[in-house]
Amino acid sequence: MYRYDEFDHDFVQARVAEFSDQVQRRLSGEITEDQFRPLRLMNGVYLQLHAYMLRIAVPYGTLNSKQLRMLGHIARKYDKGYGHFTTRQNIQFNWPALSDIPAILADLASVEMHAIQTSGNCIRNVTADHFAGAAADEAADPRPYAEILRQWSSVHPEFSFLPRKFKIAVTGAERDRAAIQTHDIGLHLKKNAAGELGFAVYIGGGQGRTPMVARKIRDFLPEADLLSYCTAILRVYNLYGRRDNKYKARIKILVHETGVEEITRQVEAEWQELKDAELKLPEADIRAIEAYFAPPALVDRPDGDEAVKLARLDSKGFSEWLDQNVVTHRHPDYAAVTISLKGIGDVPGDASDSQMEAVADIAEKYAFDELRVSHEQNLILPHVARADLKAIYDALVDIGLATANSNLISDIISCPGLDYCALATARSIPIAQEISRRFASLERQREIGELKLKISGCINACGHHHVGHIGILGVEKKGSELYQVTLGGSADENTSVGEIIGRGFSSEEITDAIETIVDTYLGLRTDPQEKFIDAYRRVGPAPFKEALYAGEAKAA
Amino acid sequence: MKILTANRLGDGIAVWYADGGWAETVDQADPAHDKAAEDRLEAIGARAFAANEVVDVNLIDAEVVDRVVEPVRLREKIRAAGPTIRGDLGKQAERAA
Repeated sequence: MYRYDEFDHDFVQARVAEFSDQVQRRLSGEITEDQFRPLRLMNGVYLQLHAYMLRIAVPYGTLNSKQLRMLGHIARKYDKGYGHFTTRQNIQFNWPALSDIPAILADLASVEMHAIQTSGNCIRNVTADHFAGAAADEAADPRPYAEILRQWSSVHPEFSFLPRKFKIAVTGAERDRAAIQTHDIGLHLKKNAAGELGFAVYIGGGQGRTPMVARKIRDFLPEADLLSYCTAILRVYNLYGRRDNKYKARIKILVHETGVEEITRQVEAEWQELKDAELKLPEADIRAIEAYFAPPALVDRPDGDEAVKLARLDSKGFSEWLDQNVVTHRHPDYAAVTISLKGIGDVPGDASDSQMEAVADIAEKYAFDELRVSHEQNLILPHVARADLKAIYDALVDIGLATANSNLISDIISCPGLDYCALATARSIPIAQEISRRFASLERQREIGELKLKISGCINACGHHHVGHIGILGVEKKGSELYQVTLGGSADENTSVGEIIGRGFSSEEITDAIETIVDTYLGLRTDPQEKFIDAYRRVGPAPFKEALYAGEAKAA
Repeated sequence: MKILTANRLGDGIAVWYADGGWAETVDQADPAHDKAAEDRLEAIGARAFAANEVVDVNLIDAEVVDRVVEPVRLREKIRAAGPTIRGDLGKQAERAA
């Protein structure tokens, strides 16, 4: 994985020193809150309901065991023994004292981590497919390009005061696991007919109060042009993006209001000025970054098949976990493992200090020291020998992280909601927990099949509800929490925004409503292979509306 | 009735104005029953903000239940107690201890 060079070390150390000084000056009263607020946000420090919150960047979701161990250490020493993995593949801590943050940042810097650009109107952490480098279906590992974008976008002087935040995601596979069409810029790394690497470029996707699916503005951008083209997009956005209204300031609104043809013309025109200048990526530089992401030396382990076969016979739990949480690797003797942070009734995305340390140990012992955070709030071991799967499973059982529910209804994305967040209008975690408990039976979950349920506690949509097969949005109505349901959203290569199905439900009603929706689907699917999203696309909302609301209409 | 709340600058912990200072629990927060009392609390909040003692100062709705002050809105109830999903954290945990 990527290692800091001297420049990176100096840059991060300098920022730690600078922000530590700013914190000291704030605590001593030398600078006011109005002066300090933009400075703390540039360093990932928010003020939430109960305390400050620190969001730490995990570039493209890649971690090593030393880094995860440090996160566990921070959770224990400075926080309340846990952290929350987020949909930007980052981690946030809910209780740090401002006065401790300089020490936390110094600890992070010692393992090549920081909290820079995890907030504010700048280019945020670039996300990538969590199976990058391991997936059998990818054209190439997207992370070297994410790293190039990170280097380019870090304290970029021209793009540090954008109209609004800006998010970029990269996938290297046709099957999009990075939700690129919900991003300000989505990049799909692929090969052209000549076998050269380049990108399909999407812009203007986003969620929040105005969800939009990104539009493709270029089918193939040669890899050497990545930075010049992104610069052209950012320049057009920086120049024309609205600054008069925070809610209309994202590039999606600009794309919508300008029209995709016109904005493509503007981007291409700007790019003509830039493409053959200093932003063109030299081949040697791309390959040098790529070398940092060289896959581990995967020696053949043909004993895996037999070991897995025997272990399956021995343990039903292992067999189920294997079916649900283990996916094919490009090397046939290896696999990629999803460590579910969605135990039944648990808080989605939360991990304790000791769990982080134990997972770090597993990664070090069995997974070439490599880990990923997925945008679906799980942890991933991207490279493990099939022969070691049973040992990994047993180790995960010991720490309560062997729930076999990847991609099932209890694998819920949930924002922190009103239990923590100052912006939230309703709680999301308790709803996630209740739904998870209602559908606790793995047998039932597997019968339902792939179903992505996502919950947000306010219109800002951090819980990605717009692109959940079933989405739940919590709002406040007349002083109570009300949950609005959307159906038919999706965040893959066929991205769609869910449709509101009807009136919202109280916190007491919402789990029953979800069960009604699921039962309706089970009743109308053509066969068990027809997934929820496919069935919904076939039949539309009518049968679900009927099941949810018909009784009311009759009663009225 | 209104009470004055904020977060403490150094650690961000939620606090309420009570008995001439900032208390870590809401129970005994100073109530304001009329406009003049609200103005007085607001002035106290503004001074404390200016003096860098607290941030995010707000006057919020509250009521007295069993002689204890309680915020009205769910958001403020959660601030006063801690996350509803983690009874072992926040003020509720300190109270139980």
